[in-house]
Amino acid sequence: MEKRSKVIMFEKAISKYKKKDHIIDCLQLASETFGYIPEQVIDSIRKQLNVAKSEIYGVATFYSQFIFTPKAKYNISVCLGTACFVLGGEGLIKALKEKLKIDIGETTPDGKFKLQQVRCLGCCSMAPVISINEEIYSHVTVNDLDKILSECK
Amino acid sequence: MTIKELEAIKKKRLLENAVRFGKKGVIEHEFLVCCSTGCISGGSKKVHEAFSSEIKAQKLKNYRINYSGCFGLCSAGPIVIAYPEGTFYVHVDPEGAREIVRATMRGEVVEKYLCKNHDGRYAKVRADIDFFKKQLFIVRKNGDKIDPSSMEDYISIDGYSALAKVLLEMTPQQVIKEVLESGLRGRGGAGFPTGKKWSYAQAEKSDIKYMICNADEGDPGAFMDRVIIESNPHSVIEGIAIAGYAIGAQNGIVYIRAEYPLARKMLEKAISESKKNGLIGKNIFGSGFDFDIVIKQGAGAFVCGEETALMHSVEGQRGEPTSRPPYPTTSGLYGKPTVINNVETLANIPHILLNGGKNYAKVGTEGSKGTKVFSLSGKIKNTGLIEMPMGTTIKEIIYDVGGGIPDNHKFKAVQMGGPSGGCIDAKNVDVKVDYDSLKDLGSMMGSGGMIVLDDTTCMVDIAKFFLGFTCDESCGKCVPCRVGTKRMLEMLTEITEGKGGKEKVEELEELANYVKDTSLCGLGQTAPNPVLSTLENYREEYLEHAEGKTCRAGVCPAFRQYKINPKECISCGACSRICPVGAISKGINGKYVIDQTKCINCGQCYKICPVQAIHIGKEG
Repeated sequence: MEKRSKVIMFEKAISKYKKKDHIIDCLQLASETFGYIPEQVIDSIRKQLNVAKSEIYGVATFYSQFIFTPKAKYNISVCLGTACFVLGGEGLIKALKEKLKIDIGETTPDGKFKLQQVRCLGCCSMAPVISINEEIYSHVTVNDLDKILSECK
Repeated sequence: MTIKELEAIKKKRLLENAVRFGKKGVIEHEFLVCCSTGCISGGSKKVHEAFSSEIKAQKLKNYRINYSGCFGLCSAGPIVIAYPEGTFYVHVDPEGAREIVRATMRGEVVEKYLCKNHDGRYAKVRADIDFFKKQLFIVRKNGDKIDPSSMEDYISIDGYSALAKVLLEMTPQQVIKEVLESGLRGRGGAGFPTGKKWSYAQAEKSDIKYMICNADEGDPGAFMDRVIIESNPHSVIEGIAIAGYAIGAQNGIVYIRAEYPLARKMLEKAISESKKNGLIGKNIFGSGFDFDIVIKQGAGAFVCGEETALMHSVEGQRGEPTSRPPYPTTSGLYGKPTVINNVETLANIPHILLNGGKNYAKVGTEGSKGTKVFSLSGKIKNTGLIEMPMGTTIKEIIYDVGGGIPDNHKFKAVQMGGPSGGCIDAKNVDVKVDYDSLKDLGSMMGSGGMIVLDDTTCMVDIAKFFLGFTCDESCGKCVPCRVGTKRMLEMLTEITEGKGGKEKVEELEELANYVKDTSLCGLGQTAPNPVLSTLENYREEYLEHAEGKTCRAGVCPAFRQYKINPKECISCGACSRICPVGAISKGINGKYVIDQTKCINCGQCYKICPVQAIHIGKEG
């Protein structure tokens, strides 16, 4: 359960939204506030916008930005856009899976790392790239990974 | 703001920035450091700091340091331009920054940070660099003269003059006529004439109309729109406002994808600044025209680049497409007439209105006018962003601009148009890049991603990659796309595993044609293109895979395995040390062996082995 105070803050923030058009805005705000979409805030959104829960879930599950499990301290996204794919992005994923002992979409038991794959970060000229919490690492090779991971403390 | 105030800002800023135009004013030397995503990840913020501290340490009064937008040569970042000479420095690090400041004081140039041309000679200014010689800047004109976060800088290069001219001197019909004459076609992919689209929406009678800028650049391998927004956000805003006036809309919306945080920030700042100064808002330039722009952020769905899906997403719904007609120009957002234009299209607009449509139409080919911005990446020396006149050949782009293929590999094909496009084979290297020529070859202009492939790329693998993408991103509304792409992906996977035989390839082709003909929206209709276009040119490769013979590029794991020949191994252990996943260990006889279950086929051991004892072979 998320802290009551945080939820109240969130409910206050979405009070400016009145219509169904704002489902995505509310969900984005929830992502920013909590780092993911906690179940209890779906209820807050339902009351605020006066829509069915199913409709909110329908929207939330459609978009890949919305996740239902908490984020890790370091969220690693490996780009698998065309350029990164051609230049070895898949090898990075395989190596990271091996190193962190988790699969894509999973978080390490200590909550430190989460591994994701993304379709294109728009940094194709520096391929292959990975991003860790919005910071972009360019021209990454499998051998750079240990150093990059050790910098995450 | 009035037109007089605009002129005053322009005059003042031009004086302050005189150094960037080669004249010495109050500021005698200025360094502009690129602050686009590419250079930032290369460390340009630290370079900026180093310049500042060195200028301070040397107590230089007439020196200035500033940020600039992207120069396009991302592979050589961080890039710094030194005015008034316009010296173009590449791969600058903090140490280099200090060196450059000291050399500039002596009136010298630091040669080792200059850009090397194909012939090995150093080029001092941008115009002398091979990468830039054949490019023509319209959309990105004067991008090297402005700090993208400064509205005044944009005004100094005639920014918002087109908007003022349009609002004060032209009727909406005249604006549309000018755009029609320019021959501008949509830069988002399909190439629909922009002027025509505007005229349809203009003809509709409605109290409310919407003008949407589509910045949901989802094609993997394309980043033109991101760079245009990051490097010159005001040009996009001006374009949206002009379009709004032409069609009679009061509301502008920019739909930008969530994966571009920097672009969104730049745009937010630019919009709030232009609102504060009355360039957007009520009664712009005293013309009586009201126009507002808001940003809507996407939430990570590729299909939202499709216009009907995009509008549903703006309405807060699942981004599923609906069938057309009615077209958005008749019934779009909230059922009102809506025009949706791509970022690059809109960035062309101020230029067209300022210099005239006929003038614009002088560049390009019969059916495709102006320039097109491409993002060049993949197996090519100079990666980055380029702006080429329509009608440039693939050959010129790859060899003259891109500098050719690295490591003496052979050019095989170029993939254009992302998951909706196709591959252009090396034999068509002389084809002119314009909407119609590319379509004839089964590819498409797309939004401008250009991914170069060489002989180490497996075409079946590439097709499988794109299918995997569309299969993931299919919204699931219509059966041909939802089930068809999934089945096609399964077939492709089987083929890359060396199974299925000739029949499987034929079956795949048949299904691809069905999906193409029967899907609901553009995503499904074009999803089979990567397969169909590679089948056309590289059928033998498909057959070689399907019949279990070989993967000639050595990519597909079923056909590729690294093995150490114990007779050749000298037990040095280099392979074991470099292996990133610890798959190589010493065997009983002292020779090293690779654990195939752990191996990720990265090839590091193959490269490092001093006696070439590691071989690539087929499984079994």
